[in-house]
Amino acid sequence: MSKKILLVSRHAPYGNSTAREAIDMALATSVYDQDISILFMDDGIFQLLRNQHSQLIDQKNIASILTALSLYGIENIYVHQESLDDRTIKINELILDGLQSLNNKDVGNLLSQQDQLLSF
Amino acid sequence: MIFSLAVYAAPYSSQASYSAYQFAVALLNQGHNLHRVFFYQDGVHNSTNLAAPPQDEFNLQRAWQHLANSHNLDLVVCIAAALRRGILDDGEAKRYNKPSHNLAEGFSISGLGQLVEAAAVSDRLISFGH
Repeated sequence: MSKKILLVSRHAPYGNSTAREAIDMALATSVYDQDISILFMDDGIFQLLRNQHSQLIDQKNIASILTALSLYGIENIYVHQESLDDRTIKINELILDGLQSLNNKDVGNLLSQQDQLLSF
Repeated sequence: MIFSLAVYAAPYSSQASYSAYQFAVALLNQGHNLHRVFFYQDGVHNSTNLAAPPQDEFNLQRAWQHLANSHNLDLVVCIAAALRRGILDDGEAKRYNKPSHNLAEGFSISGLGQLVEAAAVSDRLISFGH
């Protein structure tokens, strides 16, 4: 049984394990053949920045892990435009290609299309 | 209606897992079906059998066990999250050469696929802790 599942990732890449464990969940969902989309918003945007030097704090590089999403067939990856604007980050500064930016209204539409939400 | 619950926060530090428990009791009392409770992130701490809260405080671990017993519930703990946080069952303790194990009776350790499956087969997946 395949359902439309949206994973919303709203936390910074380091400082706690939320971002990391959200990615694990996304990968697991794709393996089990569900229709998974991912939305990065609020501080979750920071996960997508290039030039993360996580080895300095003995952590795995979240941005590198995110580049594996396409290998798992996860193609619907969204970023929240207002969250980018609030942090003066432009979409072309982010590590993934093919990101789709959504405004507040688009996010509402995306949420309403889902069967299940996974919020991290 | 078929429900599943995802619990992301540790007991005691946060109200979230207590709320999850109360939600579980409420939905069962209303005749709904609880397919699975899945413990992820710090939620895995709900499953230790070594917590010893004071006598006059609510014992959440025990409450989960009683609920699981009386309703034949599937309480599943994410293996990756559990191993990182020192929650092991007998088999994992042997595998990693650890001197003891602490997964409480009534809980089982399994993969994230169990949360995905719960999302797929349930009408509602309710998250606690974020």
